Formats: sequence, structure tokens, C-alpha cells
Amino acid sequence: MLNQLTISELTARLVRREISAREATQSCLDQIDRVDGKIHAFLSHNNADALAQAEAVDQRIAAGMAAGQPLLGVPLAIKDVLAVKNQPLNCGSKILGNFISPYDATVIEKLRAAGAIIFGRLNMDEFAMGSSTENSAFVTTRNPWDTARIPGGSSGGSAAAVAADECIASLGSDTGGSIRQPAALCGCVGFKPTYGRISRYGLVAFASSLDQVGPFTKDVRDAATLLGVMSGSDLRDSTSVPEPVPDYTAALTGDIKGLKIGLPKEYLVGGLDPEVKAAVDAAVKKLESLGATLVEISLPHTDYAVATYYIIATAEASANLARFDGIRYGARVEGSDPIKLYEATRGAGFGPEVKRRIILGTYVLSSGYYDAYYLRAQKVRTLIREDFLKAFAQVDAVVTPTTPTAAFKVGEKSDDPLQMYLSDIFTISCNLAGICGLSIPCGFTGNPKLPIGLQLLGKPFGEATILRIAHAYEQGTGWHLQKPVL
Amino acid sequence: MAAAELDVKYVAHLARISLSPDEEKKLGAQLGNILGYIEKLKELDVANVEPTAHAVPMVNVTRLDLTAPSLSHEDALRNAPRQNGGLFIVPKIVE
Repeated sequence: MLNQLTISELTARLVRREISAREATQSCLDQIDRVDGKIHAFLSHNNADALAQAEAVDQRIAAGMAAGQPLLGVPLAIKDVLAVKNQPLNCGSKILGNFISPYDATVIEKLRAAGAIIFGRLNMDEFAMGSSTENSAFVTTRNPWDTARIPGGSSGGSAAAVAADECIASLGSDTGGSIRQPAALCGCVGFKPTYGRISRYGLVAFASSLDQVGPFTKDVRDAATLLGVMSGSDLRDSTSVPEPVPDYTAALTGDIKGLKIGLPKEYLVGGLDPEVKAAVDAAVKKLESLGATLVEISLPHTDYAVATYYIIATAEASANLARFDGIRYGARVEGSDPIKLYEATRGAGFGPEVKRRIILGTYVLSSGYYDAYYLRAQKVRTLIREDFLKAFAQVDAVVTPTTPTAAFKVGEKSDDPLQMYLSDIFTISCNLAGICGLSIPCGFTGNPKLPIGLQLLGKPFGEATILRIAHAYEQGTGWHLQKPVL
Repeated sequence: MAAAELDVKYVAHLARISLSPDEEKKLGAQLGNILGYIEKLKELDVANVEPTAHAVPMVNVTRLDLTAPSLSHEDALRNAPRQNGGLFIVPKIVE
């Protein structure tokens, strides 16, 4: 089953000409046909285009022109928030109508140059606002481990597609946990890079000071490979940082002796499911047995992160989403004057969560409330960031649960936005601080059997260190090798 | 500064979003609940704290003033809901 391979396995077999890119791509498309009727990870996929890209790769291999491409012939599926030339782009929303991207995002250009096959649009919460994909205007993606449950969000389609072996790896975006949380709930590896590590050009903006693109993969090595391809500064994104890109796969030495890992006491209290706590405690012991030193640390402003996030993210969203006005692209509802046109278009085009956040964001920025809400939140953001910088003066990485519970049931939290927001409590601080973080599988609940995620947080541009720790842990446990029965 | 002060109808107009009366009612209750939670930030003393707008601050980012490929006129218009003669069609703005 070629669709089950990792990037490193697939590219090795392609280079040895044991298999073709066409066979690998067809295997993913067959798996989609077989399982996506119950998973609903994909909003659309163009089989003919995917196979044509694969055949072009096979021709390059036959001609001896494909040497050194790290993603040679790898079928990658993309969250519906990144622009892929001539493919639909909807952000899980009705308001974009029949939008077709006129250009490739920078990350897509880089993946293509590395030999990847770019196919499929993966489901998400509308405009990446949500933690379950229940806010998609099209369909709710199901968790491959239990289809009565949500896959997490907002990049739920990206996580489910990788967990269900419908693609070799995928891309998502993470504004407050939208890569790490679904990766944890679906049992795959999800990586949120340091702010500025990867270009945001061609990523539809939700909250510009928090958004980052990142990979979903079946193991840590693949995350390191994709990160290496996608990282680097970009003239088209002035917030991308001109920091050298190391060889991330070279960091995967298996040796973590002497590394100091911080355990924040604020993350192991209240609302943490006992099975999640047991899995994380066991993972911490495993890290110690591998030679790391665990140190208790304090991130005292943790309890304020969710409130801070829902001011800053909604404020930025209210400005970013002003562009969806029915004039230059997307759906339009006519009106007798421009204001009526805007109001009717946005009233009909946005779903309830997006309206809620735009209105909240507009309010916290409005005259008379700016200082009390937005400015205060920006100051608390400073305190949260300083918590981490102080901690990282002491430790090389921080370990936490990725989520307080395993995957919840479809419908369980959809009527209570605040409870849904609080499910992101462990992932949100990372974006506010602008640091990097990942989630890897660290066990399962008993009945039903659902994945549990371990989060590692790293220093700004400390990607290599958390990849090294995650890889050593993964190789020492093998949780990532377990597959859902589909 | 109580959460109840949020006039949903007024803020929705600022945000250019039309809402049904049902939506107004439901959103009002939910936003009140969320704003109530957000009030907890008032517990902190932030008098001497500088605000953070970006976690990785970059200043004076410039690029060389060179012509580079950009969207064609045709590509820029291809997703327009209404267009004519190479222009976007919009409702009448001035009398």
C-alpha cells in the first residue's frame, strides 16, 4: 500500500525505481475513493491533474533529471486556505464563490521545485476559525479513529487525510493551535514553525501576527524534510525572517542526553483528562530515560492566554476579512448602494463563527474600547512572551499535553463557542509568543481508542531542537506506527 | 465597560454584516458570555508593560525597486463577480 509510506520511504523507493510516482499517486486516489465518503477530509481533488503531475515526475526520473529533489514524486494535499494556481480556494467558506487561484503561494512554489505533486483541497473550519471543522460551510470532517468524533481544527481535513493515509503528507496553518490540535486528535505529527520562519504569501490571512503555515506528517523525519523545503525569507512577505535554514534532518541524531526540558506547572492542572495526564506523565518519564533532564518551570500568565488570543486574533481578523466585500472576487449579493451590497454579501457569505469573530474584533477595536481591550491584550501578550523567554533561558524546550482531552464528539461543543475556545488552552500561547511548537502521538485512550498528543515548544528558530527531541521520543516508543481501522 | 454594552446591531453595521433578528439575539448572548470571560485580563497590572504587535519585530523592511512579474489584468479580473471592459462593475457611488 504505497499510500501508507512516509516521504523518506517513498522517495527512496522512487529513486531506486522500484515504484513510479504514478503508482504512488494512484494509491492515494484509490484510498480517497475507499474511505473519504466517511472521513470527508477533501473538499475536492483533481485526479487527472494529480496523475499528470506524477507522470511528469516519472519522465524526469527516466531522463535522469530528478536527482537531489527531497520531495520527488510525493503526493501532498493542501488545506483550503493556501493558493494553488488554477485550483479552487474557498477557505471552507461560501463567500469566495467559485474562486480559482491565479497564482501559487510561495510554499507551493517551493514544494513544486522540490519535486512534490500538489493535489486536493482539504476541509477546514471557515477561515481557519474553529477547533473541529464543524464551522466549515461545506462538511464536517470525521476523525479516522472514530467517525462519530471531530478531527480537531481548524486544519481538521489536513490531519484526517494524513491519519487515513489519503496522502503522504499535507499542509495546514496554525493561528492558535490549528495544526497541533488536530494532529494530536488524529494521531499524526503536526509542526507550527516560529513566526516568520515560513512565508505567508498566498496564505489567506486570518490573524497576520499569529498565522504560520506548517506540515502534517506520519513521522518526525518527514516534518523535518518539509520544514527544510518550506522555510526561508521571501521578498513577498515582509514578516518572513532572514534567518539561515539549517538541515533539519541532520538534527535527528537520536541523542537527547543533556538537554533540559521544562515542565510548566500551569499546564498540568484543572480540566486535564486523566488518561491524557497519564500518557503525558509516561512520555515525560520516557524523555528522562532517554537522557533529558526535566525541570519544573512556571509560565505564570498561561491562564490569560485564551482571553488575550480572542481579542488579538479577532481584531486582526476583522481587518483582514474586510477584503471579502463582493467587489473584486467571490460571491456577491447585489444592493442599491455599496454599503448595502457589502452588508448583504457578508451577511449571506459568512457563517456564524466568522460573523461572531468579526463583530467581536470590530468591537474591541472600536472607539472607546480600544485601550480597554485591544491595547491591554497586546500588553498581556508581552507578559506571555516574556514568560517563555525567561523559561528558555533555563531550558532547551518545554513539554506539555497538546490538548486537555482526546477528540470530542461531533456536536458536543458546537453550541458553546467559549467551551470550544477553551479546548485550545495549551496551544494558544505559542502563537502569541511567536515561538515554534509541534505535536507528536504519545499514546491512546482506552475505550474508545483515541490518539493523545504530546506538545513540544521550542525557542524562536529552535525548530531543530524540538525535532531532535520528538524524533528520539518517537523512535523510542513507536506510537506513530499505529493506524486507525478504516 | 460591562459586556452588556455591546450593541450588536451597531457593531455589525460597522463591520458591514447584515444580521437577521434571530442572529442578533443569539450573537448578543454569546458575545456577552465571551466578553465576560475576557474581563479577566483586568486582573493584571499592565501599567508599565509595552504592547507587543508582532512577536518577531522587523523594522524598515525594504526591497529593491525593481520590476518583477505580477498578476496580469486578465488574472486580476478572472474571479470578479461582475466585470465589463476590463473593469469591476460596482453600484453607483456618486450622484
